[in-house]
Amino acid sequence: MDSPIVSAQGLRKRFGEFEALAGLDLAVPPGTVYGLLGPNGAGKSTAVRILSTLTRPTAGRATVAGFDVREHPGKVREAIGLAGQHAAMDEKLTGRENLRVFGKLARLGRRGARRRADELLERFELTEAADRQVSTYSGGMRRRIDLIASLLRAPSVLFLDEPTTGLDPRSRLEIWAIVRELVAAGATVLLTTQYLEEADQLASAVAVIDRGQVIAEGTPAQLKARIGSHIDVEVGSEDDLAEAGAILERMTGGQPRAEDLRIVTGVHGTAPSVPQIVRELDAAGVAIQDVGVRRPSLDDVFLTLTGRPAEAPAEQRTDEQPKQREKQEAAA
Amino acid sequence: MIVLADSLTLVERKLLQLRHQPGTLVAMLVMPAVMVVLFGYVFGSAIQVPGGGNYREYLMPGLFVMTSMFALSSAMVDVAADQSRGVTDRLRSMPTSRMAVPFGQTGADAVTGLFGLVILLACGLAIGWRVHDGLGRAVAAVGVLLLFRYTMSWVGTYLGLLLPSEQTADSLSPLTLPLSMLSNAFVPTDGMPAWLRAICEWNPISAAVAACRKLFGNPGVPAADGSWPLTHPLTATLLWAAVLLVVFVPLSVRRFARAGL
Ligand SMILES: Nc1ncnc2c1ncn2[C@@H]1O[C@H](COP(=O)(O)OP(=O)(O)OP(=O)(O)O)[C@@H](O)[C@H]1O
Ligand SMILES: [Mg+2]
Repeated sequence: MDSPIVSAQGLRKRFGEFEALAGLDLAVPPGTVYGLLGPNGAGKSTAVRILSTLTRPTAGRATVAGFDVREHPGKVREAIGLAGQHAAMDEKLTGRENLRVFGKLARLGRRGARRRADELLERFELTEAADRQVSTYSGGMRRRIDLIASLLRAPSVLFLDEPTTGLDPRSRLEIWAIVRELVAAGATVLLTTQYLEEADQLASAVAVIDRGQVIAEGTPAQLKARIGSHIDVEVGSEDDLAEAGAILERMTGGQPRAEDLRIVTGVHGTAPSVPQIVRELDAAGVAIQDVGVRRPSLDDVFLTLTGRPAEAPAEQRTDEQPKQREKQEAAA
Repeated sequence: MIVLADSLTLVERKLLQLRHQPGTLVAMLVMPAVMVVLFGYVFGSAIQVPGGGNYREYLMPGLFVMTSMFALSSAMVDVAADQSRGVTDRLRSMPTSRMAVPFGQTGADAVTGLFGLVILLACGLAIGWRVHDGLGRAVAAVGVLLLFRYTMSWVGTYLGLLLPSEQTADSLSPLTLPLSMLSNAFVPTDGMPAWLRAICEWNPISAAVAACRKLFGNPGVPAADGSWPLTHPLTATLLWAAVLLVVFVPLSVRRFARAGL
């Protein structure tokens, strides 16, 4: 593995009596999306603020792009872009004016700032809105212009603090597309999120943070493997329950549980595919209503790791579950 | 150099803001006229200038200083807004010199302040206020006003950095008005109870107003047995400015560089 482009060892941050970071360790390989996942107050923003030189750690060490955040903050600032938790724009100016002003303050020069602003607006399809005041922007457009502003200096490391919180699904997809594009172009992105699905979709590695510490780290797949998956089978009649249960037990080595006409089987390791299950059950003459393999969400990961559910914001929880179900209707 | 370039960028930002807010621009033009009429004619008809003289000539230096005083609240609101919206954090995460930002913001205010002062001077001239002691001393008076304004915008910058939100800054900013009233800007201090008179005469605003009256040759220059700041208004104003700048510039720069640590 390449040596990490962002690393932290034993980062601590105290606010008075309260310890927001309690020894955080991170290692982000270059050219990847790294997700910091955790509930409200876990310390995600504090970690990002330390790595982007806005806050000094109480203890511990962190380097970004090869520079110590404490000793060479100026060098770190030249290498990074930051889009904080709130869109940091001058509401009274247009999007383009904001980018020009920030571009000049970011030492791009008058002409350079103009060119870069136009180029980024074009590339990220904000040209129509570019000459309207930011105060008229929708939440999604605000986020996008804010993200663009963090790209003015073509940073090699980009910190995004909850880039999609409060956005509708379409705006989230747009932000995700931008992140993927940036990483494809060689940048490293460290993003924080409370959306478990977001880390799953974007990140090649995830650190789950709770109370200022990393409680689990790995690829989303590795984290899920710690939990296993579930097979959901719904049979046509009660007569088939016993037979189907026996088949599922044989196929998976798990313990099928029946609820009415449903049989839920927990699986460790790789679950058999839906067609395999359908074939076996069909061969035994079991009438199947519905078969699904439910891969665990990172929600389940969180629950398993901490014994508490993740306190994700309420507004968008409902539409997350269906996407994580791989379902296939099977006629009997 | 960097500080200067950033100041110019921040001036540009301020001008761009004004361009999008024609209302504010109109207010900038109309407010002085309203104040001149309100104070000059409404209050003016009932106030006697000590030692005689036209009240409107007495008033104008008070209005010049009062509007300069508004730099305190506008800096406070702007800085608090930038901070609560995350703009300050964005600037602090960029390779912009951390010193440049507060210097740039106060510099930008000085430029717009000069513009406002020119309008107010024109309003004054229109109602009969005059410069009596020559152009040189008048330019010196404008210099004193700009220095006073610049000082106040540093005080406001520091206060803005301390405040938790834009709303707090907004609700505190009208306090500059009574602060300006606690002075010799609109009424002579002679008739006040002794304790109030002492407060008013040691208010830096009074020194600045007295300095302007002296330099413009306007009526209301206090008698020689008055309190020290009023009998030595120019020295007192410069001292006040020096003391406040020495305190608030380093405080603001430090606070800006280290905010949130
Ligand atoms: N400046 C501060 N002073 C005091 N406490 C703070 C400060 N900043 C953060 N905290 C506390 O530190 C803890 C971690 O905060 P942080 O903002 O890092 O959490 P987070 O994971 O980003 O949460 P969220 O999902 O709500 O953004 C919280 O309990 C917060 O109240
Ligand atoms: Mg946060």
